[in-house]
Amino acid sequence: MPGGLTLNHFLVLSLIVFAMGLFCVMSRRNAIGILMGVELILNSANINYLAFAFYGGGRYDGQIFTIFVIMLAAAEAVVGLAIVLAIYQDLRTIDVDATETLSG
Amino acid sequence: MELNNVASLAYFAPELLLSGTVAVVLLLDLVSDSPTAAGIVAMAASLVTFVLVAAGGVANAWLFNGMIVFDSFAFFFRLLITLATIVAIWMSLGSREVKRCDQGEYYAVLIAASLGMFLMAEANNLLMAYLSLELVSLTSYILTGFLKHNRRSQEAALKYLIYGGVASGTMIYGMSWIFGIAGSLNFGMINGALTHSGTGASLGVFIALVLILAGMGYKVASVPFHMWAPDVYTGAPIPITTFLAVGSKAAGFALLTRFFYPAISRLAANGSWQALAGVDWPQLLLIICMITMTLGNLAALQQTNMKRLLAYSSIAQAGYALMGFVVLSNDGIRAMMFYLIAYYVMDAGAFLVVMIIANATGREDLDAYRGLAWRGGLVPAVALAIFLFSLTGIPLTVGFIGKFYLFAAVIRGQFYILAVVGIINSVISLYYYLRPIRTMFLDQPNGDEGEVTAEAWNYGLMGVLAAATIVLGLYWGPLIAFADRSLKFFTGPT
Repeated sequence: MPGGLTLNHFLVLSLIVFAMGLFCVMSRRNAIGILMGVELILNSANINYLAFAFYGGGRYDGQIFTIFVIMLAAAEAVVGLAIVLAIYQDLRTIDVDATETLSG
Repeated sequence: MELNNVASLAYFAPELLLSGTVAVVLLLDLVSDSPTAAGIVAMAASLVTFVLVAAGGVANAWLFNGMIVFDSFAFFFRLLITLATIVAIWMSLGSREVKRCDQGEYYAVLIAASLGMFLMAEANNLLMAYLSLELVSLTSYILTGFLKHNRRSQEAALKYLIYGGVASGTMIYGMSWIFGIAGSLNFGMINGALTHSGTGASLGVFIALVLILAGMGYKVASVPFHMWAPDVYTGAPIPITTFLAVGSKAAGFALLTRFFYPAISRLAANGSWQALAGVDWPQLLLIICMITMTLGNLAALQQTNMKRLLAYSSIAQAGYALMGFVVLSNDGIRAMMFYLIAYYVMDAGAFLVVMIIANATGREDLDAYRGLAWRGGLVPAVALAIFLFSLTGIPLTVGFIGKFYLFAAVIRGQFYILAVVGIINSVISLYYYLRPIRTMFLDQPNGDEGEVTAEAWNYGLMGVLAAATIVLGLYWGPLIAFADRSLKFFTGPT
């Protein structure tokens, strides 16, 4: 890898992205914002798979896993946005706190 | 043996049938105007699936080049999941809520969820585990929010989606570390790499396991990943609640066991399992297990909605089942598997009675049960009493036998604190399980609760489940023998 990059650089990058995703999920109250945080978490895992696959050598397991994760992230976004849209049609808001009818 | 893609198809008939049914049900919806056609096709398909699974037997093999494993353990859970699917479809056909939905899509998604659970029970590869878990999750989100313009249903779907997305994302991040450390996605190879590599990366493995536990713990609704369960169980249509409570949870336990036992633990010669050196996940799960059952039971004490009460109860029941999981012995796993069957029978029954009452009165709160036995609902009242007694663990019911095996395994493993916590929890749970029974039999109806009329379709299933609760409580030998036989993991061609 040019530029003296090592496996550790990628692992630290993915850890930072993962932490940002978790923070985003916990701090946002907007449903779309939370879904974006989930995307960050998924992509941090992708970075890990690619880095391990590249530096570990061997077969293409890591790359294939990443392709599947990207595809499933799209599927999850479709279902997620459909649910958010249904909520918006009923409540005219996508703030997760405003939808609080179930509790206790 | 390890089979390639074409040779594997011979063992994959039930899954292929389910996949085909999804397409057929969707297409049928376009050409048929009948309101029940989709449901009946789905029902027939799941019955045929049951026959195919049962007749297929067990072939110890890795299918699809090691993506899927087909062994006794998978066989057991395939049967259990098919039974859960049959009950869910049966209930859907008799549910007033579901009748207002789009039938074709509903049953197609339901069957797809069932297919996902099959794959969860058979997954032998981290990629397959993730894919199957997501297949179950995505379909469950849709089914939970299926009641259009019902605010509770929509909200439940949103919460399920958010918790589920975070949990599965965290899980694959943990899996990526396992992939990095072990150098493979295949469970058998992970086991080989981890058990031989020594303690070099034990902290990394432990952190990865905690992250993975987020995804799998979320499927079985264990603390601290249980927050979605009460809301989702309350908001979802009742047949779906049942399906999630018994099917999804069983599949979660299957995947959890397959990953934590044959994939990352070592089977000693005396039949006990050993965790990796320096990776003390049993201790962590022990604490999770005790908190799960205590929290579930304490939260259930103050519920006035039956669905919500049963939701917290099911969290506590997951805690009981985890008791068998944490003791790291074949005894424990066998007890857990037996308890999952017991839980299937009694919890599906309890939700079915809730559905019958909701069909008749349109209500799910505890007040709708006031004097149920004296206003035409004596049969469901008696059935619900049987199911609740069984959930508590009163003798002569299958719940008692299940708990007996669990406690026996815990005590044999010398986890005395766990046994004490479990017994205290059973006593606490007695209070809230008896409350609906008192309401049904001892309180007088006010007259505003609504009529309860007999429905042959639902009463039939209720009778079967109630009879099973009693019969299995008296004559459980074959079932425990079956669980015993099923306790063989195929860990790879040698």
